[in-house]
Amino acid sequence: MDWNFIKRYIPLYREAAGLTLSMALLGILLSLVIGLICSLILYFKIPVMRRFVRGYIELSRNTPLLVQLFFLYFGLPKAGIVLGSKTCAIIGLSFLGGSYMAEAFRSGLESVEKSQIEAGLSIGLTRMQVIRHVVFPQALTVSIPSLCANAIFLIKETSVFSVVALADLMFVAKDLIGLYYKTDEALLMLVISYLIILLPLSVAASLVERRLRYAGFGYSSIV
Amino acid sequence: MPDLGIRVLFEGSNFLRLLGGMWITIKISLLSAAISVPLGMALGMVMTLKNPVTKAVTRIYLDFIRIMPQLVLLFLIFFGATKAFGVHISGEVSAVIAFVLWGTAEMGDLVRGAIIAIPKHQYESGAAMGLSKLQIYRYIIVPQTLRRLLPLTINLVTRMIKTTSLVVLIGVVEVLKVGQQIIEANRYTAPSAALWIYAAIFFSYFIICYPISKLSGMLENRWR
Repeated sequence: MDWNFIKRYIPLYREAAGLTLSMALLGILLSLVIGLICSLILYFKIPVMRRFVRGYIELSRNTPLLVQLFFLYFGLPKAGIVLGSKTCAIIGLSFLGGSYMAEAFRSGLESVEKSQIEAGLSIGLTRMQVIRHVVFPQALTVSIPSLCANAIFLIKETSVFSVVALADLMFVAKDLIGLYYKTDEALLMLVISYLIILLPLSVAASLVERRLRYAGFGYSSIV
Repeated sequence: MPDLGIRVLFEGSNFLRLLGGMWITIKISLLSAAISVPLGMALGMVMTLKNPVTKAVTRIYLDFIRIMPQLVLLFLIFFGATKAFGVHISGEVSAVIAFVLWGTAEMGDLVRGAIIAIPKHQYESGAAMGLSKLQIYRYIIVPQTLRRLLPLTINLVTRMIKTTSLVVLIGVVEVLKVGQQIIEANRYTAPSAALWIYAAIFFSYFIICYPISKLSGMLENRWR
């Protein structure tokens, strides 16, 4: 192990980790928005839109992010649509994440029993009020474990961003291996970087899940 | 795009070559899945043991594998193991090793989940009827867990196929690489080939994974 080498290149990894995290955060936020909209369309069975949403979910869940990125980054420019690296990465990640988040929200919404809605209506709440005060709080509690799992999944998926020429952690590691043949050092730093990012999140996610299970929610959250 | 890049797709043996590339992907994922499933079943059973040592070891293995992105595992095997043991492992073999490590962990967790989901009274009634421990597993626990497991395992296979797309990044010549070769070869005659080739690859993944995940969803609904 060449510790000086490691010390010298820590800033490079820190920068790459920052890029990975910021891209992931943006992607997760967009995925949540897309997922929520899609799940509401499915939940309220909005006629035509519903078919599109189903199609989108199947398409995105059954194709790998890497292939989606290749299409966006190398394919689309030939049709005159040129997207930058970051734009491609974000579009790809949200396209993938949106469907996973939609499924998580949907399973939450569907877990709320019909009697709850009827009870709300019968005490004189409007439809909007029922959704806001009765359905949402219960649905969200059931969805949260899957939403957390999906967020972690999306952070892991950012590891393919190097194919659209983004200098993420994988890119830096591969670069150092190629340039200096410092394989052990580069890989060690790669693993540690991902551990630093993902370990706290995964511990937090399982704590949240345990809390929810204690409250009697979230037991159906096998992703 | 005035020229018809789509013709590249069907020119000469291009289409067959793409299918050949896809076959490599499928071969790697099916092989990895076939090895992971039995190993994962064993791991899952070991994880339900009350022994603190096996508990800690399996826990660390599972958490490490599940936290790392699959691409990192692939790099660890392809670059790391090659250097550490001084042997050259081909991309395909590294891919299978990495995906077996990952698949075993995932499968192990599914099996563990399925086993602990069986209520305790199932074991107790078995014991009360005078069945031996082995008989309890053979006739009571395993049949029930298999029902829960089958849809999840099929789902794992589709994840395996999707994950296998990563192997192009360690130099395995699979469908994306073949696609790139075709695009390169037609750079001047059909500049828009990339659009069609990558779209074709995108949809071929969909065509393969969609029926499998549909089947998994169907089984899950029927056996709930």
